[in-house]
Amino acid sequence: MTPAVPLYGLVAEFDDPGPLVDAARSVHDKGYRNVEAYTPYQVRELDELLEEKPWLPLIVLIGGILGFLTAWSMEYYIAVIDYPTNIGGRPLNSWPSFIVIMFELTILFASIFAFFGMLTLCGLPLPHHQMFNLRRFARASSDHFFLCVEARDPIFNASAVTELLAEFEPLQIYHVEDD
Amino acid sequence: MTVAEKQRHSVRAPDPDVALPVIGPSQTFGTVTTQISSVILSRKTPWPWWGTFAFGLLLVGGFTVAVTWVFGKGVGIWGIEIPVAWGFAITNFVWWIGIGHAGTLISAFLLLLNQSWRSSINRFAEAMTIFAVMCAGMFPLLHLGRPWVFYWLLPYPNTMTIQPQFRSPLVWDVFAVSTYFTVSLLFWYLGMIPDLATLRDRAKNRFVYGLYGVLCWGWRGSHRHWKLHETASILLAGLATPLVLSVHTVVSFDFTIAILPGWHSTIFPPYFVAGAIFSGFAMVLVLAIPIRAVYGLHNLLTERHLNNCAKLMLATGLIVAYTYAIEPFTAWYGGNQFEMYMVHNRAVGPYAWAFWTVIACNVVIPQLLWFYKMRTRPKPLFWISIAILYGMWLERYMIIITALHRDFVPSSWSNFIATGWDNITLYGSIGVFILLFMLFIRFLPMISMYEVKTLLPFSSPGGGSEK
Repeated sequence: MTPAVPLYGLVAEFDDPGPLVDAARSVHDKGYRNVEAYTPYQVRELDELLEEKPWLPLIVLIGGILGFLTAWSMEYYIAVIDYPTNIGGRPLNSWPSFIVIMFELTILFASIFAFFGMLTLCGLPLPHHQMFNLRRFARASSDHFFLCVEARDPIFNASAVTELLAEFEPLQIYHVEDD
Repeated sequence: MTVAEKQRHSVRAPDPDVALPVIGPSQTFGTVTTQISSVILSRKTPWPWWGTFAFGLLLVGGFTVAVTWVFGKGVGIWGIEIPVAWGFAITNFVWWIGIGHAGTLISAFLLLLNQSWRSSINRFAEAMTIFAVMCAGMFPLLHLGRPWVFYWLLPYPNTMTIQPQFRSPLVWDVFAVSTYFTVSLLFWYLGMIPDLATLRDRAKNRFVYGLYGVLCWGWRGSHRHWKLHETASILLAGLATPLVLSVHTVVSFDFTIAILPGWHSTIFPPYFVAGAIFSGFAMVLVLAIPIRAVYGLHNLLTERHLNNCAKLMLATGLIVAYTYAIEPFTAWYGGNQFEMYMVHNRAVGPYAWAFWTVIACNVVIPQLLWFYKMRTRPKPLFWISIAILYGMWLERYMIIITALHRDFVPSSWSNFIATGWDNITLYGSIGVFILLFMLFIRFLPMISMYEVKTLLPFSSPGGGSEK
């Protein structure tokens, strides 16, 4: 069977996380890599199938260091170079008093990097995605579990994938159109 | 003793606290979604919501008038003068920001400690934080005298050729509070993104669909997203935990860096942090108890939550009580006559009523929480929490006024008498809080749906698939 419009992927719908995880493992074992599971909450058993490097902690670390350096250089510049004030003969670069703002800006920058870093790595914001072509997909955020084997996978073969997914007795297998 | 004997000896009657379930029986993924999202999407807004909203609106009306008057006439309309230059405004500031702390503690600290019971209270506790910090932030600005030039607090290139003074705790406060607000907002929003996607998917018309669709940034719950979301949440929790401790520490520096007796004390940072969490948990309970009754959320906000919050309240309350005891001890042991006078004056002077009310509300009444029945029955717990909130406000009032009103020079002694505008501004800020909170429970998911789902027994494939 050949769909009239190009295929984005084959999607199996489950109402239980158990068969979803089994199906994901099996698809992974068969060598498919362009596979995505869509779940209403984080199913931890799927973590082992992810092979991406965790970049986010590094991004947050860079953010924190940048925040620290921003605070220190700002305080040093203002207190020593731009607007030096003699307060009871204390050194202009009285760094112990500067610690609080260094700490706050470290946290602030790291948090902003964490938030926007996560969105960037997720590829969000993305107003439309091919999965939204599937009407039933609305339940992925409520109570159903979806496994999508994408057509761009080099070893993708529609009938083989359908057969493989059917083994796990999904509620239904859908052809999701590309756009 | 053999292993078997040891095991026999360790068998005890089940602890009633542990036996309380985190989540009510017979829930499925679908019922959790429906129960929480229907509050926003389909259920009729209950009349207590309208009543509380109208009450909040009334208070906000008073607040608007009071703030307009402060802008027009200046802070002289309040009871403040020299030597008591910090009256209600700073009291309200410290009180509100303290209330916020429990929200961050629940959402960040308990996440790091893997306390799964937090899942159903963290969303609205975090919302409480944000609204409390918004209320708090208004007061130092109103207290500036010229609120319209508040941006002079920030370092920026300017034609006046002056810059902030980084050795001052008041400048630290600007950074601490604005960082706290920003980080809390990001953390709250990050946690809400998957639930906003649920609302988008259940929307019945295009406007609601578009609104939540934009707010959730196009979230689709893919496993890669969840993994990144979890990493980001844990990182933000790890950042927010030291932050929350630092914020009230910096607030306490506003006092301790001064040389005033009654303020100049090294115990202030832990004392303020404990007091903040104490009052914050009281506010969590004051919000949670009516919400669970009005929206019928007894299966999600169970007695286990009330019990745990009450225990944390008791523990932090004991730390606060310890500080109340150690303050006179330090004054006596240090032998400083000004400190001794301050302690004496606090207990028997013109503000003795405040001191003894504080002792009653923050030390005596919380002892009721030693009783299991007091911790799990909503009604007594609600009133104990109200007493603690009142006591904690009065505590900050007492710290500020009793230290200031007796200056080092007796000729400048004078008492502080709050004016009507002081009171209207305080109650008005409570109105702002109520209004924002009512809008939150009407338009945003007040309980984290995806986190509650992970508490269901069949959420993990290893836990069996019975339904």
